[in-house]
Amino acid sequence: MKAHLLFKDKDFDIQHELPPNADDLIKDLELTTLFSAMAQGDKFLSRVANGVILQSVESDLATIHYRQAVLNDCLNNSAVVNEIYNLSGAALECEKKMYFGLFSQHPETILHRSMTLIEDLAGSLKKLKKIADQHKKLFNSDGFVAFFDMLQKELTDEYFASVQARLKELKFRNGILVSAQLGDGNKGINYTLRKPNGENQHWVKHFVKSLLPVYTIFISDRDESGARALWELRDRGINMIANVLAQSSDHILSFFTLLRTELAFYVGCMNLHDHLLQMDEPICFPSPAAEEEVVLNFRELFDVCLALSQGKKVVGNNLAADQKILGVITGANQGGKSIFLRSLGLGQLMMQSGMFVSAEAFSANLCNRLYTHYKREEDTSMKSGKLDEELSRMNEIVNQIQPNAMVLFNESFAATNEREGSEIARQIVNALTEKGIKVFFVTHLYEFARHEFEKSLPNAIFLRAERKQNSERTFKIIEGGPLQTSFGEDVYHSIFNHEI
Amino acid sequence: MTFYSILIEEPGHAQAIESPEAPAYFTDLNLDQIVDAIIASKAEYDLKPFYHSSLTSVSAIQYRHEVFRELENEVLLNSIKNFAQKMRNIRDFLAHAKKAYYILQKEKWFLDAVSIYCTASIQLRDDLAEINLISRGFLAFRDYLTNYTKSEHFIHLREENEKIKNDLASIQYCLLIRGNSIRVRKYEDEIDYSVVVDRTFEKFKQGAVKDYQITFPNWLEMNHVEEKILGYVSQLFPETFADLENFCKQYSEFQDTAIGNFDREIQFYIAYMEFIHKLKTAGLKFCYPKISSNHKDIQSSESFDVALANKLVNDKMPTICNDFYLNGEERIIVVTGPNQGGKTTFARAFGQIHHLASIGVPVPGRKAKLFLFDHIFTHFEKEETIKNQRGKLEDDLIRIHKILEQATAKSIIIMNEIFNSTTIQDAVYLGKEILEKILRIDALGICVTFIDELSSLNEKTVSMVSTVMPDNPTLRTFRIIRKPADGLSYAISIADKYHLTYASLKERIES
Repeated sequence: MKAHLLFKDKDFDIQHELPPNADDLIKDLELTTLFSAMAQGDKFLSRVANGVILQSVESDLATIHYRQAVLNDCLNNSAVVNEIYNLSGAALECEKKMYFGLFSQHPETILHRSMTLIEDLAGSLKKLKKIADQHKKLFNSDGFVAFFDMLQKELTDEYFASVQARLKELKFRNGILVSAQLGDGNKGINYTLRKPNGENQHWVKHFVKSLLPVYTIFISDRDESGARALWELRDRGINMIANVLAQSSDHILSFFTLLRTELAFYVGCMNLHDHLLQMDEPICFPSPAAEEEVVLNFRELFDVCLALSQGKKVVGNNLAADQKILGVITGANQGGKSIFLRSLGLGQLMMQSGMFVSAEAFSANLCNRLYTHYKREEDTSMKSGKLDEELSRMNEIVNQIQPNAMVLFNESFAATNEREGSEIARQIVNALTEKGIKVFFVTHLYEFARHEFEKSLPNAIFLRAERKQNSERTFKIIEGGPLQTSFGEDVYHSIFNHEI
Repeated sequence: MTFYSILIEEPGHAQAIESPEAPAYFTDLNLDQIVDAIIASKAEYDLKPFYHSSLTSVSAIQYRHEVFRELENEVLLNSIKNFAQKMRNIRDFLAHAKKAYYILQKEKWFLDAVSIYCTASIQLRDDLAEINLISRGFLAFRDYLTNYTKSEHFIHLREENEKIKNDLASIQYCLLIRGNSIRVRKYEDEIDYSVVVDRTFEKFKQGAVKDYQITFPNWLEMNHVEEKILGYVSQLFPETFADLENFCKQYSEFQDTAIGNFDREIQFYIAYMEFIHKLKTAGLKFCYPKISSNHKDIQSSESFDVALANKLVNDKMPTICNDFYLNGEERIIVVTGPNQGGKTTFARAFGQIHHLASIGVPVPGRKAKLFLFDHIFTHFEKEETIKNQRGKLEDDLIRIHKILEQATAKSIIIMNEIFNSTTIQDAVYLGKEILEKILRIDALGICVTFIDELSSLNEKTVSMVSTVMPDNPTLRTFRIIRKPADGLSYAISIADKYHLTYASLKERIES
């Protein structure tokens, strides 16, 4: 029995390795803000959001559609979804209450603990089954329909009856029957608990009265070491069955754990949805395109993290960059370039993880990996120069990168003079785009931007932070080629002209 | 071909296969450390005496070389190791049998020991039959083992043992534990309960889970309840237990002496191979030396102090190797040069390689031609003797006198830092006198000294010098090379090595 609410045919593995650049993504795209808005203070929700979103750099179209449908069901039936989420949480609490820890060193203890636990869990399973019976009709997604169908098929009344029967038998009211063989030094080995032959209630009498020879050992009340020996034999006898039962309870627990984990992602999305709704920000289910296509277009895409941290509506941007594999963004400082770049990355990641996107409309092709290469603050612990550090990070990215990935550069390679920086940027960017890697590059390197612009390549787009005549910044990013600032020249002239 | 021992073809090829006392030179040459390291993991075999005892003929050394070469065959080595493991189990089982209190336990341990013995013998015989053996030692042993396993005694032992073992293994009994009673009877095909429970919860299976089975202490002894149960089980199956009793009485002495000796003696080879394997992995070389008992032309390349190398390899430090040779009339190597330059190490290595050669094992180095000595004499400064100067000099001379009395033309004499404690004039005079006496005896030897004059005494002495880095005389290279003692130790250029370091740096930068 599997919940399978995040993947159609496999479990979500929260331990699954994250991409090597996960930390960079979190830092550069401010993902912590997104996670905490989804978590609403719940660490578990945050952990799951982190796992699902960062693992989604390797997503596929079918999974995205699958999750979009499940999420849609969740948004329409939030009360039921929350009930299931809370129920699975409560089921997991049963175990915590019963944790014996280091004391559970006896099969007898393990057996009893597992029996009580299974009895409790059976109660939770019954409730879950009842929810399925009552609310199944309201759900349309493949994920939820399959989940409820499975509950109805597996958790029948007959099944619960058989569980009860097992639990009753295992109380061993009539003693235990154990088989054994002779091992090294003729000591008993392979102690195995046996189900007495025949459904006969009086199997003990049968055992005693059979025609075979039977020898009986009585341990007298005073014989303490004898009593210990008897209990050890008993323990050896039930060791295996205690193990099987404890493992069974673990299996049921991990069913609930997975259910709760997979739902946690959707609960996080529901939280974020409520939050954005209150701020009157638009959201949409994006249209993902296949990895081989080159698609990127959106309306009113805004930086969800900026909106969340400011707690109010922020500027959105429009873009039509289908068939564009290179985007170069130039323009004034404080003009919204970094925010724009971040909104691109966030939109891509949210889409790939099956979430809604913070825009009126969003469409993009899947990327098999997303990389960020941002200018970093000087790290005092590092002896190498700043450009060294940047190139070494670039080297790490190139070690991993494959075609159909996407790289977001923010002011990279500016740690040297403009000519060298431009040359490095030009070589790297050209190599990447020729390998089919989508690149968006925010830069002040005028030579680099101009050089690319003058090539007039059909698959490149040039964007600029809007600046009105009166120097007012709109934080809008519009299409437009790079402009050379004449600030330095101005200063030169202002000084030298005075001399003349 | 009769089989005497895997260590020696016939009595008389050594003064003794083993001698409990280490030769007098062992400590000076650090051979004691080497032997301790070799036998560290083989304490149960008491191998030390084998490594003390030098062989007395070239043929006896070759006998061992043959066995060593044979053991380089992984297939053979593995089957020997397999056999050794089984023999170890037999010893353990017999110890259990001896220790056990309850007769039914004793008998089972004994039965199982015999079973392993039979399997081990047959297995080794079959393994050896598959291998194309060449060495005299293994050929003779294989013949012996083949005949032994065909003997009527062995065949009966094995057949009876197997029958009883199978009978016991097929016994299954049931215990009904209820309250304070245990009922014992035969097993009647009742089904496994855990399978039933497992089926009930199968639908929840999620892959790997924790193992909740408790591991019970496996005491070898039985408590009185277990004894009673076993007693009743023996009554449930009386014929089998009667057979067991008879078997134990009949075969109380089942082990063959020659096979037992082989098990111990072959470890002489394996222990040494395992020891040098570690050094070989670190890049050091070992070889089978050519041995002569009359030609004194000796030669060794890339040899080293094995005791020191063992420490350095453990510490992941490089070991410096050195070469030496003596041709024609040359008899004594005189080593001079800066202190801490590896001179004593070099002298030790010279002694070690000769002793190792004499016990027939592979010696350090890429290639070696060595002399089969009648005795090694060492004269090392005894640091612990803090007497007055005159006492120490006297003591030195007394010891040297004893050596010269016993030494023959077939001896090796190793002298380290003689006459350190006297004036230079005395030292030069005494040194020359002693060296000339050794040269007259015509013994082989090595003399570490600070007295340059000794290195050019006559055509029988060879001068070797410890060297330092050309551009930084405070750095020792630990290389000892043939050259006149001129006080200036700038001989070896290691520019090519420096170049290699540079290249490796370049590579790192590129990646």
